[in-house]
Amino acid sequence: MKNPERGARGASRREFLKTAGAGLGAVAGVPGAAQGFDLESFFQRHFRELTQEDLDDLLLRLEQKYSKQYRKPVQVGAIGPNDGVVFGYGLDISRCIGCRRCVYACIEENNQSRDPEIHWIRVLEYEREHAVRSIDPDEGNPFYDHDLVPAEGKLYLPVACQQCENPPCVAACPTQATWQEPDGIVVIDYDWCIGCRYCMAACPYGARHFNWREPEIPAEEINPDTHIIGNRPRPHGVVEKCTFCIQRTRKGRYPACVEACPVGARKFGNLLDPESEIRYLLEHKRTFALKAELATNPRFFYFYG
Amino acid sequence: MNILNFAIFSVKAVVQGSRAYYAWLAFLIVLILIGIAGYSQQLIHGHIVAGLRDPVPWGIFIGTYAFFVGVAAAAVALAVPGYVYHWQPIKEIVVLGEIIAISAVVMSILFVMADLGHPERFWHLLPVLGKPNLPRSMIAMNVLILNAYLVLNLIIVTYFLYCSFRGRPYNRIFFMTLMLVSIPAAISIHATTAFIFNVLPSRPYWNSAILVPRFIASALCAGPALMVLAFQVLRKVARISIKDAALLKMTEMMAIVMFVNLLLFFAEVITEYRSATAHTIHIRYYFEGVEDHVSLVGWAWTGAACNVLAFLLLLLPQTRKYPVTMNLGCFLAFVGVFIEKGIGLVLPGFTPGTLGELYEYAPAFPELMISVGIAGVGTLVFTVLTKIAVPLAFHEDEESSQEPVSSPMEWSQRKPVAY
Repeated sequence: MKNPERGARGASRREFLKTAGAGLGAVAGVPGAAQGFDLESFFQRHFRELTQEDLDDLLLRLEQKYSKQYRKPVQVGAIGPNDGVVFGYGLDISRCIGCRRCVYACIEENNQSRDPEIHWIRVLEYEREHAVRSIDPDEGNPFYDHDLVPAEGKLYLPVACQQCENPPCVAACPTQATWQEPDGIVVIDYDWCIGCRYCMAACPYGARHFNWREPEIPAEEINPDTHIIGNRPRPHGVVEKCTFCIQRTRKGRYPACVEACPVGARKFGNLLDPESEIRYLLEHKRTFALKAELATNPRFFYFYG
Repeated sequence: MNILNFAIFSVKAVVQGSRAYYAWLAFLIVLILIGIAGYSQQLIHGHIVAGLRDPVPWGIFIGTYAFFVGVAAAAVALAVPGYVYHWQPIKEIVVLGEIIAISAVVMSILFVMADLGHPERFWHLLPVLGKPNLPRSMIAMNVLILNAYLVLNLIIVTYFLYCSFRGRPYNRIFFMTLMLVSIPAAISIHATTAFIFNVLPSRPYWNSAILVPRFIASALCAGPALMVLAFQVLRKVARISIKDAALLKMTEMMAIVMFVNLLLFFAEVITEYRSATAHTIHIRYYFEGVEDHVSLVGWAWTGAACNVLAFLLLLLPQTRKYPVTMNLGCFLAFVGVFIEKGIGLVLPGFTPGTLGELYEYAPAFPELMISVGIAGVGTLVFTVLTKIAVPLAFHEDEESSQEPVSSPMEWSQRKPVAY
C-alpha cells in the first residue's frame, strides 16, 4: 500500500501527544474515549477507504482511548507493507517439544484477552506412530497437560493462521472487513467487522477467534507497541487472528513466537528474497502444508525429517 | 387520499378486535418482552452468555434462521399453483402465504441480527452505504436477496390489499410480474442460504452439492406444513373461507416433496457411511455420538423419525384426507424439518471443530429467551397483517359464509372426499 510514511506521521502525532503534556488526563471528552456507542466510530469508514487525515485522527483517538484505559502511553501505528516482501513461515515439527512458550509469548505480544483466554496458537499433540500415518489436524489433541514435555512417544504440531495465499476467510467475509495485505498478511479491520463469524466457519485451521465478551487484559500486561490492524486491544464482538506480528515484522523484527521458541523450531522471512533463511529451508528441507487438498496454499510451511 | 383511507382502515383493523384478540396480542407482547430480557443479557455481558465458543461459533440462531428462510421460500408452494396454473382454491389464499413469508423473513433477519457481534454495523452489509463482499461472500448475497424478497412480498401484499380496499381489480401486468418474479426469488433466498454452508471446504459435513436441493425440498415441506396448520386456525378464529381442496392439494404436494427430501437425505447418509472417510465423523457424531459426546443423537433420530412418519401420513390417502392424521403429518413435517435444519445442520458441521476439538454446544437460557421473543415478533407480524388482510381479501365471503364448503365446522362434518 501507499504508506511507509504513515509510520513517520505517526511519530509526529506522538510528539504532539507528548507536547500536549499530561494530555492523557485531558482526553475524557474526546469521542471514542468512552467504551460505549458514539457517532464518530459509528460512521467510521472501512480502513482502506480512510484518507490519511482520517487515519491520523483515528490513530490519535485510539491512542488516547487506550492510554486512558490502561493508564500508560499506548502507541497505535499503521505502518504499511514494504515493497518486495511476502512473508513466509516455517516450523520444524521434528524439533518442536510442545512447551507452548510460543502460545504465551504471542498472547503477551498481541494483547490477547486473558479472560476469557484467547490463544492464537494451538499446539496439537499426536501419537508419534499415528502421525507417521497421517498428520491431519483433525486428529490431534490440543488439551494435553503433562508435567514435562515432550511426552514420551508424542509429536507436536503448533497451528496458527496459515496466512493462506488463497484465504477462504477473506472470500467468506460479507463486509470485506478482512483482507490480504500485499505482504501476504491477512488482517481484520476491527472497526468494520460485524461479528457474524462466517470467517470462523470458513477457516480450515481454527485460526480465527471471537471476542465473546469485552476482552480483559491487566493494564500492567498491555503491550503498548500496537498496530491498528494488528495487536491493538480489540473490542467485544469482533473476530481476531494471528497477523505474523505485523507491528514487528514490518519493522524488520521477528514475530514473538519465533523469538520465544527455545529449540529454534520456528523460522520466518521474506519469500521473495532468494538469500533468506526461509527460502533456503524451503529449497533444502522436506515440507508439507496443512490440509493441502483444500488449495488454500498456506504460506506457513511445516518441515520434518 | 385513498392511501390515507387505506392506512386508517388498516390501523383500525389492527387495534379493534375481540377480547380474545387482545388477549392474544398481550400474549405475544409477553413473548417479545422475554426476548428483550434475553437480548439485554447479551448486550450487557456479551455473546458469552450464549452456549457458543470458538469451535462452535454458530448455534440455534443460525439454524433457526436457515429454517425460517425456508419457510419464507415456501410461499412458492402457493404462488405456483395459484398464479402459474391459476387454480382457484389456492389462488384465493396466496396472499396469506405471502404474509407467512413476510413474517418468516422478518424472523430470519432478527435471528441474524441477534447473532451479530455488532448489529449496529449492519449497514456495512448494504450496497452503496457499506462494503458488501459481492458476489464472493454468500452471506452478502443472501442478505441482499433476502431483503429484496422481503420488499417484494411487502409490495405484493400491500398492493393486493390496497386494490381490494378500493374494490378495484389489480393492474394485471404489474401484479403478475411481481408475483412471477417472487417465484425464482423465493428459490434464490433458500439456495443462497444453502450456499452459505456448502461452499465451505473447511466443513466437510456441509460441503456437498446435494445440500442445495435438500434445503429447497425440506423448506417445501416445513413451509406448507405451517401454512396448512395456520390456515385451519384462521378458518376457526377469523371465520374465513379456505377450501379443503386447497389444503388437500398442499398436503398432497408435501407428500411428494417429503419423498424427495427423504431420498436426498438417504443419498447423503449412504454416501457418507459407505465412503467412511475421516470426514464422516460429523454425521457419525450426529447419529451415533463420538465417545461420550452424544447430546445430539436423540434429536437426530427424532428428526428422521418425524420426517418418515410425516411422509407416510401424508402419502396414504386415508390418513392424508382425515383431519387428525393430516394435521399430525403436517406437525411432524414441521418439527422434523426444524430438527433437521435448526439442529442437525449447523451443529454437527462444527463438531468436531477443524482442529478436532469436540465441544458440545447447547443453547443457553438467554438464547432460548431471545428465540422465543423473535418467534413472538414473527407471530405478531403475521397476526397484524392477517387482521388487515382478512376483511379486505376475504370480505366477499361474509355473505356466503353459510355455505358448507367454507364453513369452519366443515372438518367435523365431512367424510373423506375426492376433489
